[in-house]
Order: sequence, then structure tokens, then C-alpha cells
Amino acid sequence: MSSRLKRRIYNTLLIIAVIFILVWCIFPFYWAIISSLKPNLELFDPNPTFFPKQPTFSNYVKVFQERPFHVNIWNSIVVSGITTLTTLIFGSFAGYAIARLHMKGKAIVMSLILAVSMFPQISILGSLFVILKKLGFINTYQGLILPYVAITLPLTTWILQNFFRDLPKEIEEAAAIDGCSRLRTLFQIVFPMSAPGLVATGLLTFITAWNEFLFAFTFMQKPDYYTVPVAIAMFAGRSQYEQPWGQLMAAAVIVTVPLVALVLIFQNRIIAGLSSGAVKG
Amino acid sequence: MKVKTKETVVAWWMVLPALLVISIIAFFPLFKTFYDSFYESSLRPDIEKKFVGFQNYIELFKDDRFIAALKTTIIFTIVSVALETAFGLLIAIVVNQPFKFRGVVRVAMLIPWAIPTAISSQMWKWMFNDQGGIMTKLLESLHLIEPGVPILGLPNTALWAIIAVDVWKTTPFMALLILAGLQLVPEELYEAARIDGAGVMQRFTKITIPMLSSTIAVALIFRTLDALRVFDVVFIMTRGSVGTETLAVYNRVLLMDRAFTGPWFGYGSALSVIIFLLISIFAIIYIKSLKLKLD
Repeated sequence: MSSRLKRRIYNTLLIIAVIFILVWCIFPFYWAIISSLKPNLELFDPNPTFFPKQPTFSNYVKVFQERPFHVNIWNSIVVSGITTLTTLIFGSFAGYAIARLHMKGKAIVMSLILAVSMFPQISILGSLFVILKKLGFINTYQGLILPYVAITLPLTTWILQNFFRDLPKEIEEAAAIDGCSRLRTLFQIVFPMSAPGLVATGLLTFITAWNEFLFAFTFMQKPDYYTVPVAIAMFAGRSQYEQPWGQLMAAAVIVTVPLVALVLIFQNRIIAGLSSGAVKG
Repeated sequence: MKVKTKETVVAWWMVLPALLVISIIAFFPLFKTFYDSFYESSLRPDIEKKFVGFQNYIELFKDDRFIAALKTTIIFTIVSVALETAFGLLIAIVVNQPFKFRGVVRVAMLIPWAIPTAISSQMWKWMFNDQGGIMTKLLESLHLIEPGVPILGLPNTALWAIIAVDVWKTTPFMALLILAGLQLVPEELYEAARIDGAGVMQRFTKITIPMLSSTIAVALIFRTLDALRVFDVVFIMTRGSVGTETLAVYNRVLLMDRAFTGPWFGYGSALSVIIFLLISIFAIIYIKSLKLKLD
């Protein structure tokens, strides 16, 4: 085989493989968009087309008219937003203490926090439900935010702790010599320097909270308190047998587009954060 | 010395909020689950709590539904993790080649991961729908299924569809993790092998695989931990019907549906403990493998 032929085979295979990967990753999302734009009749056409023949936005209108979907989006924003802020504050405090301060039992504290990331959520579901019920937290934002802070803290603390460790120590020491207190050093020097790390971990936390289903489904029991994943999972038509697929796909697209955009914008940081979380532990 | 003590006090105050939250939300409930698993109890207030020792565990292993869920979970875990690793490795190698738009492809690979599982499960449920479902259409035209077969309504096909969704979602992510490991393999190794006349396959089996083994091992165990507790995709696609019920799905039925009407809470807690122990085994292996990597 001549090397030119070899080269050509390699290139062809590579192109096929790349197209395959792209279709794999994008097609279901593409199909959701197309389906959301199709009128009902076209949707159940025995020979579905890859473009809507008569595109319509009626599904996008109906999703807000026929159900409290805007309320669900608001719930998700509030819960994920407050979770992210709280986790970042708690996680960076803990991470900084573990990375920099003199403290006995550091390893034990870090192991305890990391151990939580291994907990299957289902194993604490029943007891957590009973506890939250006793506190009157079922169907409240705090009833979901608290569990979310607990499940996102391990990864956040771990990534931030790694991040703080890599910062040059000299700056903090200089600040200490100048009489800057520990807390002031933290807020005025360490946090601004850690902005990239905080953004990456904040995004991962936000996405985790935004996507969570099991806790939200169990602790939010009224449609007005549903978060987006629960609202979409519980999507129902007028009868059990007629699922409004067009509307459902419209809802899916509405909440996925911002998320996908966010991921595309911050891709490098997310990949870095994820690999330091998953590969290094 | 005095400065050090003061610093220690500050340090403890700083880790306190984190420790408090995980104690209340994770450690205490876990302890409570262990405790409750030795009782017969209910969420119905008029049913009294009664100590039964290991009775719940003994009953559980006589429970056909539990055994079936255990089997389904194991099949799901083995098949999906194996496929995700194999495809993930292949995709990582492709994306590691130099070509135009490589950046675009890598970014696209984050999409399946970023879409909430609850939402992507519904997207796929629509594609597997027996009316107008594009996957149903595709499988029919390939003669892989008979026309008119409801994919999510039959035992065999439903589990495969669920596995397909999990593989779709996780493989690109797995590929990105493996890719990170792949980029650490020094290019000189391949150069040297090429000069020594090693072919593509030889370079793959003698350099790539050994150099990647620790990355793959870690990703594999990480995925196994996730697969063993799978809930969202199964619950949304089939509600656990037609033999697709996994341990987590059955566990939620016990704790949140049956426990309100009868003495099932303790029984459900016993199942929670079993899932916890099952996952702990893999978690310990995971931690051990990380330690090895650090040395």
C-alpha cells in the first residue's frame, strides 16, 4: 500500500469518526428543537422529516399558558443560585483552612467532607425526608437548598483547596507582615486571585443543583414548587395517554439552551474543574 | 506558639459551617437509616415502631422484587460501564488526532453531559416513542425490531433503551476524562516506537493502553459508583416497569409510596443500607486506586 493511499484511508476514517461523534452528541438536542417547532399533526407523521414543514412557535406559547412553567424556572434559578453562593462561601472557607492554616486533623476533615460525595443519595432519602418534614421544610426552598449544599460541598471544597494550595504563598505572607488580618487577607487577596477557580466550581455547583432530580422530586410535592427537571419529568397532558410531546420538547429546549450556552462559554474551566475533581479524586 | 493556637481556632471556625451542613444533611440521616433498618416502622403515625433486629434484611433476600432489581442493576452497570469505557476510549483517540475544528468537536462533547438527565431522558423517550419516534423508525428500517413494537413497553428492549440513554449521556464525558490522560502520554514514545517499526495496533496495545490504565481504572470505578445508584433515567423512561426496576427505584417506592400506607419504612431503610454498602465497596477500591496514583 502506498503511503498516499494510506493517508487517504486514514483521512476518510477520521472524517467518518468525527461526523459520527458530532451526530452522537448533537442529534438528540437537534431533534428536540425540530420537534418543538412542529405542529401536532406533523409530529406523529409516520415518516418524520428533519425540518418542520410548517414551523410554529405555538408549543412555546402553550408551555407557559397551560402550566406554571415560568414558576418552575424561577424555582430552579432561586434554588440553584442560593445553593451556589452558599456552597462557594462554605467551601472556600473550609478549603482555605485545609490548604493554608495550621490545624490538627486536616486530613480527617477533608476525608469526612469527601466521603459525602460517595454517599448514594437514595441511602439518605428516607431519613432526610423525615428530618425535613419535622423542620417544616417540605415544599420550601430551604428544604432543597440545604441538601444541595451538602451534596455539592465535597467537590467544591476539594477543587478550591487544590486551587488555594497552588497560589503563591509569598503574597499572603507579605500581607500578614503588613499587619493584614487572616480574614482580610482572605477577602482582599486570596479570593480575587482565585476568581477563575471560584467561577469554575461555581458553575459545576450550579449545574449540579439545576440538574438534580431525586431530592427535588421527593421534597417538592406541589407543582408550584417543582424545579425544572421535576416539572419536565412530571409533564402530563389532559389524559394519561396523550403526552404533549411538542410542548414537552419546547420546555426542554427553553431550559437547555442557556445551560448549553453557559457550558460552551466556560468549556475550558469546566473541563479543568471536572478532571481535577474526577481524575485526581 | 500563641499565634499558632489562634490560627487553629480560626481554622476550625472556617471548616465549621461545612462540617455542620454535611453532619445534619448526610451523616446524621445515614446513621438514622442504619438505625431504622432494624425496626419495623411506617410514615403512617398510627403504626407503632417495633424492634425487629435483622428481620428486614432476611425478608429482603426472600423478596423476588428485590432480587430482580439487584439483577437489573448489575446488568445495567456492567453493560453500560463497559460500553462507555470502550466507546469513550475510541472517541478520545479520535479527538486526540490533529484535525480542523477539533475544538468544536470537544465542546460539542460537553452537551450530553450538560443536559439534565431528567430532560435528556424525556428527549429520548420521545425518540423511542412508538408513534413518530425517530429511533423507533430507524430501528424498524434496520429490521432490528418488528414494526409496531413499543420499545419502552417490552422487558428486553426497554432495558436496552435505558442503557442506550446512559451510554449516550456519559460516553463523551468519559472520553474527555480519558483524553486528559491521553494528552499526558509523551509524543516521543510514539515517535520512538514508529522509528522502531511498530505498527498502529502495536503502538496502541504497547503504549496507549498501559499508559492510560490508571486513568481508565479511575474513570471506570467512578462510573460504576454512579451506575449502581441509577435512578433518574429509569424512573423517567419506564417508572421501573417491564423489568427495568433498579435498586434505587425500588427503594424509593418502599420509602416514599408504600411507607405511607404500611410498615415499609424500616424495610426500605434496610434496602438503603444495602445500596450504601454495595457502593462503599467500590468507593473503597476507588480511594485505594487514587492512593496508588499519588505514590
